[in-house]
Amino acid sequence: MSVNYGYKRIAVGAHYGVRDWLAQRVTAVLMALFTVLVLARLLTTRGPIGYDQWAGLFSSQWMKALTFTVIISLLYHVWVGMRNVFMDYIKPPTLRLCLQMFAIVWLVACAGWAIQVLWRL
Amino acid sequence: MASAQRPKRPEFRNINAFKDLTTYRMPPAAWVSILHRISGVALFLLLPFIIWMLDTSISSEISFEKFKFAFDGGMLGLPGFVWKLVALALIWSYLHHFIAGLRHLWMDVSHAAVNKEFGRSSALVTLVLSIALAVVLGAKLFGFY
Repeated sequence: MSVNYGYKRIAVGAHYGVRDWLAQRVTAVLMALFTVLVLARLLTTRGPIGYDQWAGLFSSQWMKALTFTVIISLLYHVWVGMRNVFMDYIKPPTLRLCLQMFAIVWLVACAGWAIQVLWRL
Repeated sequence: MASAQRPKRPEFRNINAFKDLTTYRMPPAAWVSILHRISGVALFLLLPFIIWMLDTSISSEISFEKFKFAFDGGMLGLPGFVWKLVALALIWSYLHHFIAGLRHLWMDVSHAAVNKEFGRSSALVTLVLSIALAVVLGAKLFGFY
């Protein structure tokens, strides 16, 4: 078996696999359940859905906490996915690193905006 | 040994997107796989638009009207139907990513689901269902019913 510790430890790439693989699945399940929940609440609303019904959906504290968790899940899920895409298609290390940095900035900025929207309500 | 009689498979060293990729045989599962990636990247790139929609639709009644107007009267110099097309692209991307993701999870938890027949049939269900639902919701979006 090849040496993968000490100074020969491979310190780049998709870490060691299982952790991110599992994180992507767990966050996916959470977001899928959230989607079903929001859809169910919208479909069981009586009458036309205007501003009051739509904003009311996110007004309770538990819904805000849940949406917050989903935003964080999305952040991590998309990071794993985009990193995989970059690792598969982008070969030059400099360009790959720049794109990964862009993805992180993009995602954190979007998550911050979404959280601000949520707690301004 | 059967390998002696087999025709030599083509070997690819440096894959050209136009010369080589177009010769690939694409069974339904391959389409689901690459569309899962494409829809994922599309959702990533459209994330600011998604959050803009959340922001304007939820913040106040005035911004809610602004949100609705963007899809009728347009926004940023682009007419409303362009924004409806962007929304439709989002709808299809989400549907495909969602259904293909469920297929993935199913295959992760069930050994019975990991075989050639299920791979093919579930891939077809994913493609048909996501496109059909996108058509239904798109027709609603453009006011056909």
